[in-house]
Amino acid sequence: MRHPKALYAIAAVLLTVPGGLAFAAGAGPSDAQIAHIAYTAGDLDIKAAELALEKSQSKTVRAFADDMVRDHKAVNDKALALVKKLNVSPEDNDTSKSLVKDADEKRAHLATLSGAAFDKAYVENEVAYHKAVNGALETTLIPSSDNGELKSLLETGLKIFQGHLKHAEHLAGSLK
Amino acid sequence: MRASGFSVLSFVLVALAHVASAKAGETIVVKITDLAFVPAEVSARVGDTIEWVNVDFIDHTATASNGAWDLALPAGSRGRLVVKQAGVLGYFCRVHPNMTGTLNVNEK
Repeated sequence: MRHPKALYAIAAVLLTVPGGLAFAAGAGPSDAQIAHIAYTAGDLDIKAAELALEKSQSKTVRAFADDMVRDHKAVNDKALALVKKLNVSPEDNDTSKSLVKDADEKRAHLATLSGAAFDKAYVENEVAYHKAVNGALETTLIPSSDNGELKSLLETGLKIFQGHLKHAEHLAGSLK
Repeated sequence: MRASGFSVLSFVLVALAHVASAKAGETIVVKITDLAFVPAEVSARVGDTIEWVNVDFIDHTATASNGAWDLALPAGSRGRLVVKQAGVLGYFCRVHPNMTGTLNVNEK
């Protein structure tokens, strides 16, 4: 794999329970933490897409980035409306912090690239990132969520992001 | 002259009936809900209208696999297409290509 293991940060962090975070076996993250992780993951993908819209000249890469911005904003708007309705304050946590740190590093690296090299690296990162996020949703975030509406939104989110993964894989194939 | 006038009238009526039947294609509704085309497979005849109704909160498309058409279906919108050719035609959503559907189009 060309991708640093940091790309799999979400799954890794959730599995290794760093910093004594209360994700002990059977407990899992709280709904307030899950909401924060899911929102953060979406927000980071929007930031990556915004960088792609600044840098890429490729029509297909730009169209993909537009799709990412639009869909992740729509999902995050739903998430914000839901936490407001449920009167839940999203709670920052080690998983969210790790996601932000890794994504910031990745974006800084992408910013040094241009042209076809940027397009390839951005799209390959989108494949890896969506795989990691979808894995975390399936194995941890969805099973751990207590509130039915939050669980349902995460399930819909997973279907949307599985679509993004397939789209990104097609695109990565076409850029080779 | 009278007979001839009657013939013309008959011809016009037959022609109008023909136009009416040609226009009377059915509308087949495909709902887009929770990232799926429902039903995923529909049968239609040439001249029928397929109407996609997107009830999801995100935008989708109905895009022919052979590139013949590409319909934008923003969240909460509906879009229509009159089918013009017989055959089996697959389609998908460009944004979420795991969403797929099939139109089985028969001759009129």
